[in-house]
Amino acid sequence: MTDTVLLTARDLTKRFGDFTAVDGIDVEVHKGESFGFLGPNGAGKSSTMRMIGGVSPVTSGELSIFGLDPATHGPQIRARLGNCPQKDLLDEELSVQENLWVYGRFFGLSRKEVRERATELLEFAQLSERRGDKVEPLSGGMKRRLVIARSLINNPELLLLDEPTTGLDPQARHVLWDRLFRLKRQGVTLIITTHYMDEAEQLCDRLVVMDKGRIAAEGSPRDLIVRYSTREVVEVRFDTDDHSAHADSLGGIGERMEVLPDRILLYADDGDAAGSAVHSRELAPLSVLVRRSTLEDVFLHLTGRTLVD
Amino acid sequence: MVGYALWRFVLLRDVVAFRRMWWLFLSGFVEPVFYLFSIGIGLGALVQTVTTDQGMVVSYAAFVAPAMLAASAMNGAIADTTYNFFFKLRFAKTYDTMLATPARPWDIAVGEILWSLIRGGTYSAIFFLVALVMGFVESWWAVLAIPAALLIGAAFAAMGMWATTYMTSWKDFEFINLVIQPMFLFSATFFPLSVYPEALQWLVRLMPLYHGVEIQRGLLLGDVHWGLLVSAAYLAGLAGLGLWGASRRISQLLLT
Ligand SMILES: Nc1ncnc2c1ncn2[C@@H]1O[C@H](COP(=O)(O)OP(=O)(O)OP(=O)(O)O)[C@@H](O)[C@H]1O
Ligand SMILES: [Mg+2]
Repeated sequence: MTDTVLLTARDLTKRFGDFTAVDGIDVEVHKGESFGFLGPNGAGKSSTMRMIGGVSPVTSGELSIFGLDPATHGPQIRARLGNCPQKDLLDEELSVQENLWVYGRFFGLSRKEVRERATELLEFAQLSERRGDKVEPLSGGMKRRLVIARSLINNPELLLLDEPTTGLDPQARHVLWDRLFRLKRQGVTLIITTHYMDEAEQLCDRLVVMDKGRIAAEGSPRDLIVRYSTREVVEVRFDTDDHSAHADSLGGIGERMEVLPDRILLYADDGDAAGSAVHSRELAPLSVLVRRSTLEDVFLHLTGRTLVD
Repeated sequence: MVGYALWRFVLLRDVVAFRRMWWLFLSGFVEPVFYLFSIGIGLGALVQTVTTDQGMVVSYAAFVAPAMLAASAMNGAIADTTYNFFFKLRFAKTYDTMLATPARPWDIAVGEILWSLIRGGTYSAIFFLVALVMGFVESWWAVLAIPAALLIGAAFAAMGMWATTYMTSWKDFEFINLVIQPMFLFSATFFPLSVYPEALQWLVRLMPLYHGVEIQRGLLLGDVHWGLLVSAAYLAGLAGLGLWGASRRISQLLLT
């Protein structure tokens, strides 16, 4: 893999009136990489993706994609991008396959090429049987898959996926992850936004955690867990409405504690030892669960808030 | 080259979508035909002849027919670039998707105006045939009537589209009716310009439909004069202005 920079953002900012949605972020994405923006609602993920996709002008700062400035080379950039927006905008006056055909023509594909590509992609999206149907009655997950298929029609070098698996059932989600892995192996660079920690861990080589328009942390999923969490976590639940009352009784176990409304998290490198320590205090918890630490814990540590799905 | 004349595919999209709704084609041209029959022929039985502003004496129906041809071009054009355009712009979000491709706002404006011209032009052509069969076409100049109808359509399509970008709800379309209705009645459609007082005549001369009516009347009655070129230039200017304004507004609204 050659180490070419595909995307550079410096102090990238997006304002809507007085409101700053993206507040001076610096990002670099390399060719062949799979890069994630992880963050809660309103973090500025979609605003960033729309600037990268060349459909939203940059307020200030620098943005360069394929070495080109979207302000002056929007069409050239968009020609090489695949864009899967957060909202499933499909043309309801067209059939499933017509949605792909018409979209593909805008990228300079011939009639014959779009038909061949559409057949492949409908197979990929498991929508071959529905190809002649109207779009409107498709299920939410099918629409999502069609939007993803559409974003691939021009064989993009860089694929932008804004919450690709929202609305998909677990099985469809795993299928999609598998497809995205395959694209990545073919050398397609992926930029993904998600609220799902497991998705970020599965798909991203590198990610940034965004919160309130800023980047709170950057690294590989493993790095971030090592840096901002411990190896394991013990989740303790009590039969109570107020877990903070139990915080003191667990003092001194593990390296750090987070008190959530419905449970207490104890961060420890040796989860089993910490779990035994909890049991030895005879506090009669409802449950004690030892698990590996995830990006959710990183996010909690960085922002003091949980990520809600 | 990236993004060459991508308005072709905006047009393609409309053609593909419309294949399912071809019967909508009917609705657009019946209205002017009804006017021609009811007013042209009904009122014509009472009025018999009219003297045009150029001093020609013609039957009332032959006087009204070219005006209805101009009006059918107008109706056909604005049907697509107002209501349908508004729906696609604000609700169906058809253009948000197109703008994620190499297409530019300009391609959308051009593609949609051309589509409205295909529809509007078809209405005009059908109406023209009706007028021809009924004997209201008096001159070989009338071969230019369809190109003229397209010019009228382009002016109304582009200006209508530009106006529509400022609309935020269906209620706002009342404003379009508020402009179109009086224009339809006063643009020397049913009476020659000379019946109005001087001041009002100047107002009428500002109306785009008046220029459309002038051109069609000149062509169908064979009463061609240099003033028609001024009218054509006026309509072409409006078409260009509307196209410029609409492209700019699409960009402001969607590329946020
Ligand atoms: N066109 C707009 N006009 C005004 N404010 C906007 C616009 N688009 C986004 N915002 C605001 O910018 C902020 C960031 O929105 P954005 O959609 O980028 O967040 P997000 O991280 O994608 O959130 P989510 O996870 O909910 O999709 C929000 O507060 C939103 O209200
Ligand atoms: Mg979003």
